[in-house]
Amino acid sequence: MSQRLPLRLARDATFRVVATLSAGVALLLLAWILWTLVSRGASSLSTALLVTDTLPPGRGGGLRNAIIGSLIQVGMAVIIATPIGVLAGIFLAELGDRSLLGRVVRFINDVLLSAPSILIGLFVYQILVRPFGGFSGIAGAIALGIIILPVVVRATEDMLRLVPPALREAAFALGAPHWHVVANVTLRGARAGIVTGILLAIARAAGETAPLLFTSLGSLNWSVDLTKPMSSLPVTIYQYAGSPFDEWVGIAWAGALLITLGVLCLNIVSRLLLTLGRGK
Amino acid sequence: MSDVAVGTLSSAPVSRHRGFARGEQASDVIFRGVLYAAGILVLTLLGLIIILLFHGGLPVLYAFGIDFFTSSAWNPVTEKYGAVVAVYGTIITAVIAVVVAVPAAFGISFFLTEVAPPVLRRSIGTAIQLLAAIPSIIFGMWGFFVVVPLMATYVQPALASTLGVVPVIGTLFSGAPIGTGILTAGLIMALMILPFITALFVEVLESVPPMFKEAAYGVGATTSEVFTAVSIPYGRTAIVGAVMLGLGRALGETMAVTFVIGNANRISASLFSPGASIASTIANEFPEAAPGSLKLFALLELGFLLFVLSFIVLAVARFLVRSRLET
Repeated sequence: MSQRLPLRLARDATFRVVATLSAGVALLLLAWILWTLVSRGASSLSTALLVTDTLPPGRGGGLRNAIIGSLIQVGMAVIIATPIGVLAGIFLAELGDRSLLGRVVRFINDVLLSAPSILIGLFVYQILVRPFGGFSGIAGAIALGIIILPVVVRATEDMLRLVPPALREAAFALGAPHWHVVANVTLRGARAGIVTGILLAIARAAGETAPLLFTSLGSLNWSVDLTKPMSSLPVTIYQYAGSPFDEWVGIAWAGALLITLGVLCLNIVSRLLLTLGRGK
Repeated sequence: MSDVAVGTLSSAPVSRHRGFARGEQASDVIFRGVLYAAGILVLTLLGLIIILLFHGGLPVLYAFGIDFFTSSAWNPVTEKYGAVVAVYGTIITAVIAVVVAVPAAFGISFFLTEVAPPVLRRSIGTAIQLLAAIPSIIFGMWGFFVVVPLMATYVQPALASTLGVVPVIGTLFSGAPIGTGILTAGLIMALMILPFITALFVEVLESVPPMFKEAAYGVGATTSEVFTAVSIPYGRTAIVGAVMLGLGRALGETMAVTFVIGNANRISASLFSPGASIASTIANEFPEAAPGSLKLFALLELGFLLFVLSFIVLAVARFLVRSRLET
């Protein structure tokens, strides 16, 4: 601070310019990625893509089985992970401060939250695929469920903690039992936030590829049998994008466009939901 | 689940003086039992992940012993496997990602907290967060089909003729500009962890008490001086934690890296050369690893190594971030 003022002001201005530029570059890169997806994927995007299954190269084909497969696996993952995640989140918010178990679970959950998703895939491979003799849709769903779980736990705990303590205390003062207070007061207050967390978790799971490589494997046929290998959008994109056939690469771009649009919409909707929920 | 509940129920004191009916007490005990069970389930899950990954790789440790961690071999024909190349690739790409992403994250978080007009802050912040929402595989495709050709024709030759002639670090930027490789993987990953680190930085910077900043402004500091001399030092611990969280993410990044790293089992002094990371090796080699083969065990052991690596980084990071933000 001993330098002369003009120099310091000049440095401040430079700092601002560099900061603005870096934000600008980040936005440009986002726009570039989206533009790439639209310009390369839109031409292959058609209704035929949505109603035709994947076919051998040279015969056209679509992504119907991949889209349905993804919906089934992500849907099941949500059904499996959400109740456990919300309960574990309530556990952390309501009972987590008093016990060592609470602190350990919170730590473990934070680690799971950022753990490499490929390892979740390997884990499910070890525990479900290898012993039960084959890749299956249910294994894929469980792998995605393990990816969703920590997100839901964290969102639930954080959102429950935002509920004003006075609300809880008022309910307790009226003689409500603990579960009643949680179910009808705090959970209700935190509802929007928890739903947001679940939507964000779905968005994350929908784009996951690595864990599905070891669990549901992917399939070129129409299959809704949960005990058989099941196709999914990310895995199909991965297989198609790495193929030498231009037609397949085109379909991969269309799939990439679809999945990105879906994921970004989910993100925007969930953010809006949170803003609306807070506004009330 | 019901065992826990019933067990606690019989020993739980019924506090009649609070006027609760016995049924309500029981419901609360069951309620707590269910919550505990959910907590324990989360705990068990991670325990199982550790045990199974470790257990899965054991045969390869019996076969090679400690050599697995010091060998750079990866030869399915002679069945010789080592972890060195993959570990090197994992660490070097993650380090490149962090080195590139952190300065940019400082810039963007300064922009978002101090420079941007308040009306734009939210929307720009959200747009940057949307980058984090884009699936890894999309970064991979974009990287492979768009960035790699650009790296090969423009960026790498430019780097080679500028930084490449500097002594000592020159070797890092030499070699054939083929586009795919360690450097490209690191750069793509930098973009992927950038929004994540930025969001944490903004959270930390917003937690700086306004009084500290106002005091600095009061003695005539400029905005950037307040940022570097007050805000950053105040949030130091959490900022280091945020960087490590980013590093942890980068270590386990799979699909994007698999697309652009080139998947070659070798270590080269040049950052332009293709390589492999633990995650990319697993994703690439797994389809060719027969059940029960030594290769599969080697991949599982690599997975365990990756787990240990990211666990350490994430645990330290979490300690740093949470300890600061919670107080």
